[in-house]
Amino acid sequence: MEETPIKLLFTQGPSTTARAVLLVLISITLMTLDHRRQHLQTLREGLSLLVAPIEFLVDLPVDIGHWIADSLASRQQLMEENARLHSQNLLMQARSLKNADLESENQRLRELLESSVKVADRVLIAEIYKVDLDPYKHLIRINKTARHGVYIDQPLLDAHGIMGQVIETMPAYSTARLITDPGHSIPIQVSRNGLRTIATGSGKINQIDLPYLPNNTDIQVGDLLVTSGLGGVYPPGYPLAHVTEIERAPELEFARIKAEPTAQLNRSREVLLVWSGDRIKHMKTRQLSTTAAEDKDSENREP
Amino acid sequence: MKTENREGGWLILLTFVAAMMLTIVPLPDLVRTLRPEWSALVFIYWCMALPHRIGIGIGWMTGLFLDVLTGSLLGQHALGMTIIAYLVINLHQRIRLFPLWQQAFIVWMLLNLYQLLLLWFDGITGQPSKGLGFWLPPLVGMILWPGIFLILRDLRRRYKVT
Repeated sequence: MEETPIKLLFTQGPSTTARAVLLVLISITLMTLDHRRQHLQTLREGLSLLVAPIEFLVDLPVDIGHWIADSLASRQQLMEENARLHSQNLLMQARSLKNADLESENQRLRELLESSVKVADRVLIAEIYKVDLDPYKHLIRINKTARHGVYIDQPLLDAHGIMGQVIETMPAYSTARLITDPGHSIPIQVSRNGLRTIATGSGKINQIDLPYLPNNTDIQVGDLLVTSGLGGVYPPGYPLAHVTEIERAPELEFARIKAEPTAQLNRSREVLLVWSGDRIKHMKTRQLSTTAAEDKDSENREP
Repeated sequence: MKTENREGGWLILLTFVAAMMLTIVPLPDLVRTLRPEWSALVFIYWCMALPHRIGIGIGWMTGLFLDVLTGSLLGQHALGMTIIAYLVINLHQRIRLFPLWQQAFIVWMLLNLYQLLLLWFDGITGQPSKGLGFWLPPLVGMILWPGIFLILRDLRRRYKVT
């Protein structure tokens, strides 16, 4: 075991330090460029293709588990589920009938007021890969990519509320940041009285913080927080969280307010990607352009 | 020489792939922060056992893959791995002769250095602080080292990777 390395090292020895220094310098350059985001998209995409099989392998047992559970479900269970979904569907349809009516009425009223808000949103279902990324960041991987029209900063929902936003799109997957990520903030509104503020992630999966509200603010436990649509990333009016705890400390400048996200951040397997307003038109032109085989980079980078 | 050198490369690759899978395999929230740096551990072993094959370049590549895999800054893990590789290459003749517990201690120091570098660049780029839990993975790595060492050594001997 010990005799070959000594000889071989001799031929390699002198250059180790030089190579180490070189690679450290390259790493630092890469980090600097990557911190400014745009420059390394192609390199990242290339590497992500090599890494994708690993993610696929990790996700596989979960997928197989789902498949087995599906195939082994008894007839009885399926019938029950079918019946339940059927009644739910009826209920939803009835509600959406009313909704369509309300939407058109809303649109009419908005036109009367000459406001340009568009109500219609387009959604697409994406599946979350069951992989753990950095435990200190709340990131998820989803299986829809730029080919499906996913763009950077695109909002992500589940059936109960806002989940987060897309931060990168790769050839095989996209990565999204959840609202509870400590580096994430979102402009919101208290739905009861329209009070505007900003919610930031706490690093805990079931909590977001409202750090910028003064002590005498009109806010109560149980208040629903919705997106305000300011900032242009999230569409307005989607539920985000319920206030769970308010601590008014007279010695501090701001009240300490905690809220619990309405979305099931660590339980959903499927998420909804939303295109709102202008983005719908945008996506249609994009789909046309992909069929016309335009180069992909310019699409990814549109603001 | 060339053909001899290639022997068993698939085994090394396989262990790296396994380490990367362990890096992203979902864990319950309680133990998520305890997850050791599998790739670094596997890399330290190979670098120590076969320094003429697994060197700085491969360490850097592994780090780059980790960066893409975990969504961190491109080059962050790569830099940590480069430093680890450099130290292990320079010390491998000494580390090899240490008893297992002493090796584990050295590995702990290396992993701490690695974490420190990660933390440093997180700090520079303005990531929020991570608390003391950040220093637990190297400890877990140290505890697991004897097991990893024995398993990988057995594999290496069985498949005659030199």
